[in-house]
Amino acid sequence: MSTLLIRNGRLLDPASRVDRVADLLVVGGRIRAIGTDLPAPEGAAVIDATGKVVAPGFIDVHVHLRVPGQEYKEDMRTGTAAAVRGGFVGVVCMPNTRPVVDSAPLVSYLVDLAAREGLCRVWPTGAITKGSKGEELAEIGEMYEAGACAITDDGRPVDRAETMRQAMIYASQFDLPVMDHCEDKSLSGSGCMHEGRVSSALGLKGIPSASEEVHVARNILLALETGARVHIQHLSSRRSVDLVRWGKALGARVTAEATPHHFTLTDQAVADMAYSTNTKMNPPLREEADRQAILEGIADGTIDVIATDHAPHHIDEKDVEYPLAAFGITGLETAVGLALDRLVRPGVISLEQLILLMSTRPAQLIRRTPPALTEGAEADITILDLDRTWTVRAEEMASKSKNSPFIGWTLTGAPHATVVGGRLRMLEMKVIAE
Amino acid sequence: MAGLARKDILGLQEMTVEEIDLILDTAEALKDLATRPIKKVPTLRGKAIVTLFYENSTRTARSFELAAKYLGADVINVSAATSSVQKGETLKDTARNLEAMGIDAVVVRHSMGGAPHLLARALRASVINAGDGLHEHPTQGLLDMLTIRQRKGGFKGLKVAIVGDSYHSRVARSNIYGLSKYGAEIWLAGPSTLLARGFEAYGVRTTTRVEEALEGADVVNVLRLQLERQEKGLFPTVAEYHKFWGVTEARLRLAKPDALLMHPGPMNRGVEISTAVADGAQSVITEQVTNGVAVRMALLYLLLGGGEPA
Ligand SMILES: [Zn+2]
Repeated sequence: MSTLLIRNGRLLDPASRVDRVADLLVVGGRIRAIGTDLPAPEGAAVIDATGKVVAPGFIDVHVHLRVPGQEYKEDMRTGTAAAVRGGFVGVVCMPNTRPVVDSAPLVSYLVDLAAREGLCRVWPTGAITKGSKGEELAEIGEMYEAGACAITDDGRPVDRAETMRQAMIYASQFDLPVMDHCEDKSLSGSGCMHEGRVSSALGLKGIPSASEEVHVARNILLALETGARVHIQHLSSRRSVDLVRWGKALGARVTAEATPHHFTLTDQAVADMAYSTNTKMNPPLREEADRQAILEGIADGTIDVIATDHAPHHIDEKDVEYPLAAFGITGLETAVGLALDRLVRPGVISLEQLILLMSTRPAQLIRRTPPALTEGAEADITILDLDRTWTVRAEEMASKSKNSPFIGWTLTGAPHATVVGGRLRMLEMKVIAE
Repeated sequence: MAGLARKDILGLQEMTVEEIDLILDTAEALKDLATRPIKKVPTLRGKAIVTLFYENSTRTARSFELAAKYLGADVINVSAATSSVQKGETLKDTARNLEAMGIDAVVVRHSMGGAPHLLARALRASVINAGDGLHEHPTQGLLDMLTIRQRKGGFKGLKVAIVGDSYHSRVARSNIYGLSKYGAEIWLAGPSTLLARGFEAYGVRTTTRVEEALEGADVVNVLRLQLERQEKGLFPTVAEYHKFWGVTEARLRLAKPDALLMHPGPMNRGVEISTAVADGAQSVITEQVTNGVAVRMALLYLLLGGGEPA
């Protein structure tokens, strides 16, 4: 294992109360030393981090790697390449694959595949119910033993409250978080964007905010009753934020994530981009009041983590009529840029808060030791360049899919380098595969 | 007459007053043509136009076809009985195949909002939206405006009541976008489950009391009720609908005595409109049909850059 010296960066790790300009030496996958003017050992790679921020490695808890079964959209290699290019040292992958990851052998398959082909850490999740059909519980204990870090039927809501309640009670024995895609399908109907002024103007069927909120409320009530850990995935509406805040105040073990697209865009993007299907995602982009509420929730800690819901789709699934297009956009390679440009630069949150939202708390959510900038810790490190102004370009993306509404956007702030277990996997937004 | 400085007609929302004036003036000039004994002129000779209908609408398709033929263009009608997906060919592929055959314009009717925008981006040929999902039906909006302008001289200050299912109506949206640009006062009336929302920015007022909208109206535009909305739980029965929101003679008397009564057709008599009203003295429904051909001729003429109209 290689030796790496990161020179003269601002080491910033709020969880470990580290904030100093120093050198950081990585040997054998761990942080060996932190100090000033550390000598570079023989053969060490040296990264000049002058003017940059060295942070504990970022983790994305909501990623669709599309493995197994939909490798034409993304595969282990390209998905983890997109992750490290985006500054992530690890991703949590969703089980709504073909087949659905609802048994221990499939979890093991992903763990093994990630070890062989992955460029970053990969923590699989298992389905809540067999086939994510919402009927019978999947083998949650077996999947936990095989390495599943959470359970979720993401992509599909768990319709029946009783099934969800039993899943929470059952998962609690293993201290596994239950992540839920909150959506009442009877309210969403055949909607393809947020229901509101813009859907009305564009003549597209809408998905009301209530379709998400009724399940958020239900899950919080069940979390209070069962004492289980419930994680609300990609919350998008003002009232969902309010509900999570209320649930936390009552003592529910509820956490929530928000995506960069929900804190950056509103449903107006569908009109402004003339029905571009790269604005189609589920939950949909909502209104300015919702976006503001998400910003407030991020700032006041109601929202615990930023996650991308990286959802790669093939061009053939997107280059069709808006209602027919697949839901979802890619997110791994734009998340850090958007977070720096839209959250940190305008002062919505501090850089320290961002690190908590994208590194420390995501690790805590999946019951893993958070990356830390301390001697002896595993060397999972994300280096940020706060001053770099860059343009998002499809041809530079490492993901197999290019379905991002941010293509062509210019952002200030970028991931500069990604170190995974001591290996330099990305430098200056270029993936280092070996 | 100069042409339009745009390739496609996707909706009235993005059009300027000047463009709409030009289209209506051109339609006025071309309207006489349709009433001549010998209708055909060679203005668009050599131009090929395709009507691509993914949704049935005999009336609109024939209106475009006649408009094209009166101007001497060649027309192919493609009615896709099944959706593009069921056919296994995407909308874009279908369009590209048509373009490879050298067509100049595509008239498209589609059940999904934004489908014409997708085509317009994919094609060099002009795209005319003949109705997309719940979005717009710009040629219907223009023919409604032509009919109103002929009878009322203009639009400013007119009270226009749009009665019925505006939520699902592209006719209502094109009327709102077009008429509001000229300062008309627009009211939407209908059951709360079928009222279009979010048009306050266009000065639109909504009410569930049809009487309030009809009171002193200059124009009453009655929308067609899709009867299957009942099965979806959006209103309980046809009888209840008629009782509360049907435009009857008694209700029409609330409007100005010279109010125009319009309907985009085909009508459900005895449901959204009573027969006495549909066939009454204020009805301009057949004029709308005639004006439809004139408006479509004007658009084809302006987009395909014909010479002087004969
Ligand atoms: Zn989801």
